[in-house]
Amino acid sequence: MTSRKKITSPPEDPSISKRAGSRYLFNYRRIWWVAVLLMGSVALLPLIIITVIDYKYTQHAIESEFLLRTTRIVSNNRRSISFFLTERKSALDYIVHANSYESLSSDDHLATILVDLQKSFGGGFVDLGLIDSTGRQRVYEGPYNLKGKDYSDQEWYTQVIDNGIHISDVFLGFRQVPHIIIAIKKDTSNGSFFIIRAAIGIEPFENLLSNLELGGKGDAFMINHEGILQTSSKYYGKVLGKLPFDVPKYSAMSQVYERVAVGGKKIVIGYRFIDQSPFILMVVKDKNELMKPWFRTRLELILFLFLSITIISSVILGTATYMVKKMKIADERRLLTFHQVEYANKMASIGRLAASVAHEINNPLAIINEKAGLIKDLFVIKQEYADDGKLMGLVDSIIRSVKRTGAITKRLLTFARNLQASIEPIHLKEAIQEVLGFMGKEAELRAIQIALEIAEDIPVFNSDRGKLQQIFLNIVNNAFAALSDGGSLNISARLENDKNVSVTFTDNGCGITKEDLNRIFEPFYSTKTGQGGTGLGLSITYNLIQEIGGRINVESEIDKGTSFTISIPIHMEKEI
Amino acid sequence: MKGIKVLLVDDEDELVSTLAERLLIRGIEADWATSAEGALIKMSSNRYDIALLDVKMPRISGIELKKKMEEKNPDMKFIFMTGHGSEADFYAGTAEAGSEYYLVKPVNIEDLISKMKDVITFKRGQK
Repeated sequence: MTSRKKITSPPEDPSISKRAGSRYLFNYRRIWWVAVLLMGSVALLPLIIITVIDYKYTQHAIESEFLLRTTRIVSNNRRSISFFLTERKSALDYIVHANSYESLSSDDHLATILVDLQKSFGGGFVDLGLIDSTGRQRVYEGPYNLKGKDYSDQEWYTQVIDNGIHISDVFLGFRQVPHIIIAIKKDTSNGSFFIIRAAIGIEPFENLLSNLELGGKGDAFMINHEGILQTSSKYYGKVLGKLPFDVPKYSAMSQVYERVAVGGKKIVIGYRFIDQSPFILMVVKDKNELMKPWFRTRLELILFLFLSITIISSVILGTATYMVKKMKIADERRLLTFHQVEYANKMASIGRLAASVAHEINNPLAIINEKAGLIKDLFVIKQEYADDGKLMGLVDSIIRSVKRTGAITKRLLTFARNLQASIEPIHLKEAIQEVLGFMGKEAELRAIQIALEIAEDIPVFNSDRGKLQQIFLNIVNNAFAALSDGGSLNISARLENDKNVSVTFTDNGCGITKEDLNRIFEPFYSTKTGQGGTGLGLSITYNLIQEIGGRINVESEIDKGTSFTISIPIHMEKEI
Repeated sequence: MKGIKVLLVDDEDELVSTLAERLLIRGIEADWATSAEGALIKMSSNRYDIALLDVKMPRISGIELKKKMEEKNPDMKFIFMTGHGSEADFYAGTAEAGSEYYLVKPVNIEDLISKMKDVITFKRGQK
């Protein structure tokens, strides 16, 4: 696996510095957190609070509204039902008061009255009967043959004697059809009494209740005080069935309450006890259906909140990250500049020292050279020494050593002079060889093979010799650090195009890990910490390359080696 | 090179004296001085064809000395020695002085003689 990275700008640490120590002005991670938390709480808290309040308020408002609506429906229908019953009650009342027992005893007359009632009150009246004080039905008009039937042992009969009026629960009776009866007692002047009894079908109630517009899964029906359904319900059973939940407790007013029905679904129940009757009007609604408008509102609210939080958070995160990164980059630049100045000063001092040492050494060296030369001259003149090979060899050795020392001082002087920026014609091969001259001894000691392969077509070009040589020196130094003894370093140069020369330094050393590869050009990033590495070498190299307008690429494979490729412009584009 | 007279000037007397002796062995008449003042005094009593000057000397530098010597003897030719730097360095410092010849210390005697031959040939060729 080969790691490959092309660098055009110093790689930035995407997370904020983990190395924020004394070297940086600020702890950027903390600044980022503080900024994000502060901005986040200032912007998001009010939004969340107001949304929660709005949520609660809207939910409450919608709930109140439909409870109120249910109450209103119950009240209105209670009135209709009450009116229906009262109307029929009053009609019967009128009949017993307007007619004597004798006149009602006539079959024809009672038949006329039933027809009139059916005409005047529409549906409802099924039959009409006259019962005497012994409980026997004297006259009967209706679809069944009930004439002469004895009611004296029936409960309603005793009740009507006691109360003067009776409205029954719905029941099937002899006829096996659900109906109610209304019976009214009339005391006669001779101290006796008679009862008029009408049967009323439940269709009018059922029509009334089934025509109610209750909306989603609403149900309206009547029950008696024992919880027996008096009209059919849509969801809770047929007429005379048992209501699947408890009968609500008595209240004079319309009431609404919530409960959980069988199956876990929430229902809202509105009810009203209908006065002077055994009936309770019930309106039952599915709460989820009722809350449907609320669910939509709630979804909108949640979406709004979620969207707002997302937008605000990303703006805050983006802004904080951007600003802190900018700050950190500025700080890093400041530090790098500081270290570059420090480095430049150090190099200048080294340069001055090198120049002065070289110069001081050159004078005594010149004397040694001349003295040795003179000794040799004298030996050549005097025949007795001229043939002494050993003496001549010694003198020659002195002269050779002087020459070597001279070469060293000359290189030192060249190095020192090159530290000052100057654009001059570069013979690439010579420039590289000069740099290798510094490393020659180490390479020899560690048996490192250096191969130099410079393409012939590379022209002499103008560049900053000093910077170029520092770049080469730093990279060769790095390669030497990565190489084990007996390793090899391959330096090749070729013309990349008509604008650039590329020089590649390939070693077969330990390689660079992928993580390190992303960061090797960062200032202070060192894998040699604690071994004298400052973490500045490659970052300074990187900057020097930028200064001469070049680029650097690095490829590395663990345990296989590393390859640095430097691309150098052969026409200087910018001022140095 | 017979009949040529050379004046060597360097503040290191050990250097110039040895160099003079070596030139004498090779049949070149050489005289030496360890300062610009001493060199000018020597010039008033002798006539030299070539002067070998150290660029860097206390009080009066080799470049200045060359100008003074040229005033006294316009035909004189000069070779410079320097303990410092390279070709480029030398040209930068001595361009005004108009000398084409220089040597970096430590000087190789054969190089010095060949340079002397060059200046003399140049001188004669010019004439």
